Amino acid sequence: MAADFLLQGETISRLLVGLSVTLRISLVSVALSLPMGVLMGVLFTRRNPLLRAVLRVYLEFIRVMPQLVLLFIVFFGSATMLGLNFSGEVASVIVFTAWGSAELGDLVRAAIESIPRSQYDSAYALALSRRQAFLRVILPQAVRRLLPPSVNLVTRIVKTTSLCMLIGVVEVVRVGQQIIDFYRFDYPYGALWTYAALGLLYFAICWPLSLLSRWLEKRSS
Amino acid sequence: MSASATNHKTALEGEKSLSPVLELRGLVKRFDDHTVLDGIDLSVRAGEVVVLVGPSGCGKSTLLRCAIGLEKIDGGSILLDGQEVSGRERSQELRSRMGMVFQSYDLFPNMSVLDNVMLAPVLVRGADKAELRQRALALLDRVGLADKADARPATLSGGQQQRVAICRALAMDPEVLLLDEVTAALDPEMVHEVLQVVLELADEGLTMLIVTHEMAFARAIADRVVMLDGGGVVEEGDETFFDAPVTDRAKAFLKTFEFHRDR
Repeated sequence: MAADFLLQGETISRLLVGLSVTLRISLVSVALSLPMGVLMGVLFTRRNPLLRAVLRVYLEFIRVMPQLVLLFIVFFGSATMLGLNFSGEVASVIVFTAWGSAELGDLVRAAIESIPRSQYDSAYALALSRRQAFLRVILPQAVRRLLPPSVNLVTRIVKTTSLCMLIGVVEVVRVGQQIIDFYRFDYPYGALWTYAALGLLYFAICWPLSLLSRWLEKRSS
Repeated sequence: MSASATNHKTALEGEKSLSPVLELRGLVKRFDDHTVLDGIDLSVRAGEVVVLVGPSGCGKSTLLRCAIGLEKIDGGSILLDGQEVSGRERSQELRSRMGMVFQSYDLFPNMSVLDNVMLAPVLVRGADKAELRQRALALLDRVGLADKADARPATLSGGQQQRVAICRALAMDPEVLLLDEVTAALDPEMVHEVLQVVLELADEGLTMLIVTHEMAFARAIADRVVMLDGGGVVEEGDETFFDAPVTDRAKAFLKTFEFHRDR
């Protein structure tokens, strides 16, 4: 049958190496986005108008730009403009951290702002300080509301890292293309099977995350 | 403003008895250009239950919020035990010496009923947890909710949540308890169980300043009634306020609770 090449030679192990690159970029970006996003979100809820304006510009810029354009800007732009030669993977991590922290920052802001004013009032009326009220009352509630959309953000990041191959990163989709090229003449329908295999790999990563998100959502309501 | 005869009477009584636990002098509060409280004088003596009434938007809730330091005030002073509370720690001192229960109870949904009650004494007073636990359970028991100690607030009825909110405020041993329309968000059948708790607290001598629209309850619990309108105190008196209001505005206000059908 036409798909047996997937089991030949090093095809599977190569795909898994590619997947590890995908996961490495995703996980490092998520790990860096987490503290930055939380910090940004918390700062966003401060009443400081200058801080808000700066964060708003950053957030909107990152959000309206296609991730591909950001990748090109960081990968090629920093080399030509700043003389910084990032590897494709480092450039990818920079872009996905910038994107992830902006998105997460907005989620954190929304989660904090969704906690009713009266929760602050009742905490203050019990003589809690601002810090105590925020850390013990507001933040735990915000985190619960934050978890489901944050897990969704992780799946979006995992999926979007496929763009990294366009700046030369050999992640899982790029490996798939190499496999397709390698078997092009012997297996005319190899592309279809390879992409099916790629789809399966993404599914194996993202579906559990999606289930987790749904479970968290159900639990928090 | 119509200075009434009853005003004069209570002022004299105030001089005779102990100095008030809570006293507001010339309290002014503005929101932008709108003056909500325009020089309010009000005092609550130890063990006294003062009920604040008045039409919606007359500043009753704002007055409570100012008294406990949740709102900045634009004039006047707040005294506890005859000492003006001012300076940098003003809000903290007001908040730690008074308690307040809100219309929407606002229990913290991320912790159990017991933890709701224990949170502030632990954080603010550094209370001993084991000892506090016994006290918190005793408070919950008093309002008939000891069996709900480990429950999440969301699983309780509105009336139960409000009783927990009262326990939570009491756990801080407030010198004065402020109640802001504590039954306004409740279904009618739950109003009674909450007001019953408040009546018991009054019997035990807890000093309270209560905002309510429940006139029957106000009449039952009040040592003194103060009516606010137009940013000031319109009238002040004991339960005779309900039967024989002096000012026209108080008469008009009390009329809104009566219903007649001409036939």
